[in-house]
Amino acid sequence: MNNLSDRKVVIAFIFLIIGLIFILRLFYVQIINNKYKIDSDQNVLREVIQYPARGLIYDRNGVLLVYNEAAYDLMVVPRLVKEIDTLEFCQLLGIKLEDFRTKFYKARDYSRYKPSVFEKEISSKEYAKIQEKLFAYPGFYAQTRTLRKYPRESAAHVLGYIGEVNQKIIDNDSYYKSGDYIGKSGIELSYESLLRGKRGVKRVLVDVHNREKGSYMDGELDTMAVTGETIYLSIDAIIQEYGEKLMQNKRGSIVAIEPETGEILALVSAPAYNPNLLVGRDVKKNYPVLSNDELKPLFNRALMASYPPGSTFKTVQALIALQDGVINEQTGFPCIKSNVGCHNHPTATDVVSSIKMSCNPYYFSVFRKILLQNKSTSLFKDSEIGLAQWSKQVKKFGLGVRLETDLPSIQKGFIPDVDFYDKWYGKGRWAFSTIYSLSIGQGEIGVVPLQMANLSTILANRGYFYTPHLLKRIEKTDTIPSIFKIKHQVGVEAKYFTPIVEGMLKVVEEAGGTARRAKIDSIQVCGKTGTAQNPHGEDHSIFIAFAPKDNPKIAIAVYIENAGFGGTWAAPIASLIMEKYLKGSIKDLEKEKRILEANLMEVVQKKNKTSIH
Amino acid sequence: MRNQKNIFANIDNITVILYVVLVFIGWISIYAAVYNEEHHSIFDISQRYGMQLLWISAAFVIALIILLIDAQFYTAFAYPIFIGLLLTLIGVLLFGAEVKGSKSWFKIGSFALQPSEFGKFATALALAKYLSTMNIKMQDLKTKLIASVIIGAPAILILLQNDTGSTLVYASFVFVLYREGLSGNVLLIALYTAFLFVISLLMRINTFTFFSNLVLTGDQLLIVILALIAALIIYVTQRTKKFWMIVVAGFIFSAGLIFSVDYIFENVLEPHQSKRINVLLGIESDPKGAGYNVNQSLIAIGSGGFAGKGFLEGTQTKFDFVPEQSTDFIFCTIGEEWGFLGSFVLICLYVGLFLRIIFLAERQRSIFSRIYGYAVASILFFHFLINIGMAIGLAPVIGIPLPFISYGGSSLWSFTILLFIFIKLDAERINVLR
Ligand SMILES: [Zn+2]
Repeated sequence: MNNLSDRKVVIAFIFLIIGLIFILRLFYVQIINNKYKIDSDQNVLREVIQYPARGLIYDRNGVLLVYNEAAYDLMVVPRLVKEIDTLEFCQLLGIKLEDFRTKFYKARDYSRYKPSVFEKEISSKEYAKIQEKLFAYPGFYAQTRTLRKYPRESAAHVLGYIGEVNQKIIDNDSYYKSGDYIGKSGIELSYESLLRGKRGVKRVLVDVHNREKGSYMDGELDTMAVTGETIYLSIDAIIQEYGEKLMQNKRGSIVAIEPETGEILALVSAPAYNPNLLVGRDVKKNYPVLSNDELKPLFNRALMASYPPGSTFKTVQALIALQDGVINEQTGFPCIKSNVGCHNHPTATDVVSSIKMSCNPYYFSVFRKILLQNKSTSLFKDSEIGLAQWSKQVKKFGLGVRLETDLPSIQKGFIPDVDFYDKWYGKGRWAFSTIYSLSIGQGEIGVVPLQMANLSTILANRGYFYTPHLLKRIEKTDTIPSIFKIKHQVGVEAKYFTPIVEGMLKVVEEAGGTARRAKIDSIQVCGKTGTAQNPHGEDHSIFIAFAPKDNPKIAIAVYIENAGFGGTWAAPIASLIMEKYLKGSIKDLEKEKRILEANLMEVVQKKNKTSIH
Repeated sequence: MRNQKNIFANIDNITVILYVVLVFIGWISIYAAVYNEEHHSIFDISQRYGMQLLWISAAFVIALIILLIDAQFYTAFAYPIFIGLLLTLIGVLLFGAEVKGSKSWFKIGSFALQPSEFGKFATALALAKYLSTMNIKMQDLKTKLIASVIIGAPAILILLQNDTGSTLVYASFVFVLYREGLSGNVLLIALYTAFLFVISLLMRINTFTFFSNLVLTGDQLLIVILALIAALIIYVTQRTKKFWMIVVAGFIFSAGLIFSVDYIFENVLEPHQSKRINVLLGIESDPKGAGYNVNQSLIAIGSGGFAGKGFLEGTQTKFDFVPEQSTDFIFCTIGEEWGFLGSFVLICLYVGLFLRIIFLAERQRSIFSRIYGYAVASILFFHFLINIGMAIGLAPVIGIPLPFISYGGSSLWSFTILLFIFIKLDAERINVLR
């Protein structure tokens, strides 16, 4: 029997060993392993996002352009959904029965306990109807969001629109989380980081059924949502809207700039669209319509459409020639129409009259002087040296280079250089005679309307510009990005601008000028017409101008597609804008009426060309 | 010789104190597990802590009654109590109410009682009574058979009630039999079988390739290895022919077991049962299904850290992430709110109690009291082993309560009766003549 009582030791030993194993295991689980502590937080902590209100956007005079309107996301917690009249519910929401099923199953597959968005971005108007009846549908509730609202219904291309972030953005930028909004184009995109504000996070404790049980650590770690910055654009809402009105039933663009600062006063691309169309859940419906429209209303012509500058380019040619010293103010060239066509006019005996009358052969000769400066005996080599120099000079005018403005997707246009022609024709196989159409702003050259407006600015400023931009100021801060404060010199001395400006004044003011329709009573307007050759249809009408002649307040470029000669349509539109801006009202109502009533949409057929202006 | 004047005179205070401390820990853990801000009164019987307070009061009364009854009553009435229990278990099978798949409850109004809980002390009494009879030797086959019937009868009735957890508790009597002379080989064979069972489960899902074209399943490989071991043993020892026979028999037994594991797994066990075993062995991972409870339990315990989150500060248990947190997973509340320190203390209290009971059992003059004492220690230990083992992911999810701590009147009362009969027996040990 004695040996059996030894067995108490064995049994006691087993009890002790198990106790020890438990203690070791607990030591591992509770002290060494950290995973469970993290999992524990994941269980009970929910981050409730506090969406910030997006920054407001005003025009230069404090006119509200964009604000936020309350909208509602209809949320669903599948577990709580009881037997409901699905058909009636669908009618209430304005969705199809199949949609209801898809959305509901999707939410259920995601989680039965956690809320999912059932229907997004319901406007407050629609929500008012739904709200009264929502109590009858347990499991559904509304969560407040905001939608952008555009009270002026204009400047769609400038303002852009916002939309929900896609997966690619989420992957690339850690700030964004699914469900966030982001600027998709225009100012909304350029100043996204200013406008978006800062998301707040409220950490709440939830139980296993995802019911809120109070704040975590008494809200110590919570952050408040920070409202986005209010910004003021340089746009003048009145001028912008007037421009849009004038451009009704026309294709093209208007860009107006304050020369002194480079601030864009108006940026019109026609046809335009109502920015309120691309808001909230309407985007899904409206975007494809706009995007498939043959008139391309989403296309911002002012920044993206590249046209030849036509005769407006003669101002640049004259300036370069004067700076190079290959002509002087008094240089005259006969109007010999053998190489380039012209209209009938008195001979241009100096630079002033050449601009006024826009003589093509004159500038054929000017360009030849620029290119062929006898730096090489070979005509080819001489052309090459000349073109390389010329190309550099032209680019200093902000042409053929990207203007680093504050709108996305701006095109840089095209100024041909030596490389281009070497590739095109072969090295040493081209000369002035091959490329002379550049002399009058035709051929391979391409310029976007914003660059044209910037050229007006350079002419107005007699030789310099600030990069055109839209941001005037950010509320509570004084500065705008420093790149908009850099004075860009174009490399032509101010004195050489005098005859050009004089010529431009005569274009408008003097009998025989090409843009007499641009005249404004009591204001000296300087302008230059142009016609961009269009291989696909009627030529485009161009006009650049600034006013008043001394101490100019506005510089402008107007492009009207398929409208033919620049003096006919572009010039009067430019003058109306300038008059409205400078005087606040239009004196010649007949002129305004003519423009408002004109429908230039249908004029696309190509007419036989004989002359170029 | 009897000292009837003071029934408390010879009571073992250490055991009683350990009991009271564990019951108290149980109550505050239940309070913490179901705590919410709206209910303040600890006497609110709509809440589990309020109810448990009632059960505890009743348990103290029961303990007192047990101490007042003459110790001879338990030896004298061991068999009648056992027979009564068996009848009750049959009764519950016929007329009982079903709760969570187990038909093991008697319901009188809102009051429910689980007779199987009381099977433990009745069986312990009957087993003690039988084994303490004169001229009983554990070595006799007859003794083994009758002991097996005493243990097996209630176990089978409880299994029929579909209460697997409570049935398994009866396996704990093997410690008692061992102490009373059951060959240690039986324990070793049981351990070896369990080991082989687990190894076989782990191996059966894999196949192994040797010499680029010899493909063996896990089971086949296991048998080959066992055969090699058997051959090695025979070669090295080269003992008697009888020894040979034992090794060969052992090998055949092992091979049979390996194949029966497959058979049991595929054909006998319900899918959810085999899944639970797989999850426990790490063959399957299933954080939302069978493994969910264990994972949540580990999260709660693990997040407690060294010193715990503090009383009523346990987020996992308070917000219901751990299922069955006032009954089977009550240990999570302790682990989360009191951390490693609290868990350590609790385990020490339990092991201390077990060792104390063994110590008391060994000092008994009466064989009956000794056997009963071992039965008490073994049953409590088995509950402790499975319940905490389950909560910390070392044992399969088998729903049995943690003695004195888990919520529930039946289990608290049954453990109280179980323990206090032994305390009473111990208190009167001097009066018992051999
Ligand atoms: Zn001419």
